[in-house]
Amino acid sequence: MLEARDIHLAGRLAGVSACIAPGQLTAICGPNGAGKSTLLAALAGLVAPQDGKVLLHDQPLAALPRQVRARTLGYLPQQASVAWDLSVRTLVALGRLPYASGAAEDARAVATALSTMMLEELAERPVSTLSGGELARAHLARVLAGEPRWILADEPLAGLDLAHQTSLLAHLRDLADGGQAVVLVMHDLAAAMNWADRVIVLHCGRVVADDAPDVALAGDVLAAVWQVKAEWMGQPGARALGLRRQT
Amino acid sequence: MNRVVLILAGLLTVAMPLSLLAGQVWLDPFATPVPQAGVILLELRLPRAALALVLGGGLGAAGAAMQGYLRNPLADPGLFGIAPMAALGAVLSFHAGYQAQAVLLPLFALLGGAAGMALLALIAGKAGGITLFTLAGMMLASLAGALTSLAISLSPNPFALSEIVTWLMGALENRGWPDVWLALPATAAGLLLLHRAARALDALSLGEAAAISLGVDPVRLLWLMIGGVGLIVGSGVAVAGVIGFVGLMVPHLLRPFTSKLPSATLVPSALAGALLLLLADCLCRIAPLASGELRLGVALSLIGAPFFLYLLLRLRRELV
Repeated sequence: MLEARDIHLAGRLAGVSACIAPGQLTAICGPNGAGKSTLLAALAGLVAPQDGKVLLHDQPLAALPRQVRARTLGYLPQQASVAWDLSVRTLVALGRLPYASGAAEDARAVATALSTMMLEELAERPVSTLSGGELARAHLARVLAGEPRWILADEPLAGLDLAHQTSLLAHLRDLADGGQAVVLVMHDLAAAMNWADRVIVLHCGRVVADDAPDVALAGDVLAAVWQVKAEWMGQPGARALGLRRQT
Repeated sequence: MNRVVLILAGLLTVAMPLSLLAGQVWLDPFATPVPQAGVILLELRLPRAALALVLGGGLGAAGAAMQGYLRNPLADPGLFGIAPMAALGAVLSFHAGYQAQAVLLPLFALLGGAAGMALLALIAGKAGGITLFTLAGMMLASLAGALTSLAISLSPNPFALSEIVTWLMGALENRGWPDVWLALPATAAGLLLLHRAARALDALSLGEAAAISLGVDPVRLLWLMIGGVGLIVGSGVAVAGVIGFVGLMVPHLLRPFTSKLPSATLVPSALAGALLLLLADCLCRIAPLASGELRLGVALSLIGAPFFLYLLLRLRRELV
């Protein structure tokens, strides 16, 4: 269990508690400035809350050695970028930095990550020649190469077209079904509705709802948090959000 | 060992002995021996070549590390403010009088460099943030530059003034073994620190947040960088004055032949920096100039700047 227990961070989080379980795809949703990215960074151990604590298997995350934390929690930042024009393989291999496991073991993990994200044919290409969707997959493969039990990604779908969003979500769904914990910050509520096992809705630094998608993203929550009149249409698993025009 | 490293090492092994032959007096191994050839070789040329290798290697690696740390191919070790601080210390030593100056110069330069490192650590050391650190370094560089100008304008006499200005241009002229023994250990220690920062610099290619998530301790990395670059640049300025361009140009030239990760550019940049400084110093020795030698710092800028412009033009054409 990865657990945030009543964490505070001035101006961003005001007493957030959340519990992340392996084998699930958890979506963190909320309007701009709700504290989604901050919560994700706190869960990843990147920012220390001023009050409250983050626990991994009931141990404080802050007390964990950096290397151990890095091997356990994989983090993909918002708008992930690469400073140098690395090859895809070199980029993915950066995910092995927390390990000192030897070249053979590293190569195996990198190869697995490349094949999971269907990047084998692009492995030697410089990242500057990739399309947005390919680059997003390469960044996710970098996280997977570290073989983390927990995958925390900040808006991995941003800037991707519908087809690439869907294929990336399918990959993440597979990882969750395979027993890893996947936590995504996302803006696309329909994607959260259709793909997540659980949705945490944040508003002004607080948890407003934390439940199965159809409960957490119910019409009254959308009205209270996003101030939109909307209703869900379609079948479970293929729902769309119908927005009523505001007058 | 990859191919780039082998080629550069090979070039260095060839260039090093050949460089010893070049100078105002050419030493031709197949002609009748020049009188005092042994002294020229062992006391003048060898320490000078050794110093070129030490400083060039250090500056090349420091440049590669800086570019990795700031995630910017235009970064230079001089950006840290440590080189200007060391230069300020050296310039202050000219105020101590002619007798004391020769002994005090390297000491003052080292102290200036150390003061620069301490200030940087004081300002940015706790948070380990790169932006704060860059701003602090640039502030330090401009402050040290202003103080250096002030010290020059207050120079005790015209001779000191001319000496300061000449010294600031950077040179390896008349350097001996004591200079090597000063620069070598400091540079070696600096290189060791940068080597230990290499993996963290690789992680930083993905940005600060991702690097921290990969287990990088930003504060430790900052200290390694301040220590490593500080030792190399500070001791370099202490023995040879300000030598620019190596740290900027060499990693930039070498990067296309590597995997482009900072750790992969570190060793090739050190070797290529050593080679560049060795060749540039040879050029300085044989360039005919009425008032003695061409200054190394000037020569490097004369070679470096046009070459860099050419690279930029070519890059622009590729981008268009």
